[in-house]
Amino acid sequence: MGLLSKKDSKLILDPLADNNPITIQVLGICSALAITAELKASIVMSISVLFVLGLGNVVISLIRNIIPSKIRIIVQLTVVAALVIIVDLVLKAFAYELSKTLSVFVGLIITNCIIMGRFEAFALGNGPWKSFLDGIGNSLGYGVILIIVGFFRELLGSGTLLGYKVLGDPIEKTGVYAIGYENNGFMLLSPMALIVVGIIIWVQRSRNSALIEDH
Amino acid sequence: MEYIELFFKSIFIDNMVFATFLGMCSYLAVSKKVSTAVGLGAAVIFVLAITVPLNWLLDQYILKPGALTWLGDDFASYDLSFLSFIMFIATIATMVQLVEIVVEKFSPSLYNSLGIFLPLIAVNCAILGGSLFMQSREIPTLGLATIYGVGSGIGWFLAILAIAAIREKIRYSNVPAPLRGLGITFIITGLMAIGFMSFGGMLTGGDDATEPKTELTEPTKELSEEDKEDLANHDEIAE
Repeated sequence: MGLLSKKDSKLILDPLADNNPITIQVLGICSALAITAELKASIVMSISVLFVLGLGNVVISLIRNIIPSKIRIIVQLTVVAALVIIVDLVLKAFAYELSKTLSVFVGLIITNCIIMGRFEAFALGNGPWKSFLDGIGNSLGYGVILIIVGFFRELLGSGTLLGYKVLGDPIEKTGVYAIGYENNGFMLLSPMALIVVGIIIWVQRSRNSALIEDH
Repeated sequence: MEYIELFFKSIFIDNMVFATFLGMCSYLAVSKKVSTAVGLGAAVIFVLAITVPLNWLLDQYILKPGALTWLGDDFASYDLSFLSFIMFIATIATMVQLVEIVVEKFSPSLYNSLGIFLPLIAVNCAILGGSLFMQSREIPTLGLATIYGVGSGIGWFLAILAIAAIREKIRYSNVPAPLRGLGITFIITGLMAIGFMSFGGMLTGGDDATEPKTELTEPTKELSEEDKEDLANHDEIAE
């Protein structure tokens, strides 16, 4: 990170592991679980959140001194809603099938706790460049978890990655299927998303014992 | 009849937490004690019961394609559905603010027990999700929309009540250190979601194409008399 100072690069790198929005800050869980049955949906959702959080953080940071404190939630909601409408329309125009898979969860980016959480915790008190980096960092952290969950769910659930059959053809029994391997269809259903995230948390906290809770 | 069907469907089959993961953040954050979970759950039911029908009216008369025909025939081609997000969230934020004022005036004890949760509900994805799902599933009448709102709220309430009760008890168990707190809650919620999948065959007709085809046959303790009857009937038809 040659062009960013140490503190700035911390803003991007921290949320990737130690201050991960999903596993540590416990924000943004809803969409992380619901749409990760396909890796492609996870990637598109991460990019959408990157756009909304990055730009949103900058906008809120720029107007932070003019927002009256009583209505700041409404102002934040308006900014996010406007950005999400843009994302939704772009998705509907350029990736219609995917927008159908994501269905209401694109709209739910508005209430994605990461976005409101970072607005309140960071953008309202810091300058635009730092807020932009914080937004990028947190959405990358969010995206990392989404992609890991999406990767395992799609690979083990349908034997494909991004739509490409990587384990062989299940109908013609080539590749791994020839020795009797079957897709674990259960991975595509909602409960497994929860359990996969639980396992990710397990792994993360085993490696970093400072994150362990008391009970 | 379809009212009862939608009611049970939105509580058990399309449960907001277990089927569509709405409201997970507050679900995880607030479920450490049963008393706070009950307060939040009640607030969610209340807000959903008010905002889903309101947003239905908004959708029906302003946002849907062709909804503005009551203003005049030349408005028939207007499609304002791209404004749904902003309008829904505005209604929700306003209603929550109103509810907060009314509750504070008429029932200060309830207001004190709900505390910070009432304003936080405005940004709970369960509330916006309820309205968005109501819109995407094209619920036809106001009565059905209200039932959907109340049912979804009760489903969410059931979920958070159950996980809070379990989390209270699990404090005395030997959970591995890295799993303590958040990790084990995720896994338990996953197991509860599996349990709730057993309701998938509850209503005959199966109009939801994404329902899993294999039913789990374990009976759950939450079955009411009516559910048992429905299950029994379904078994008869399957054979």
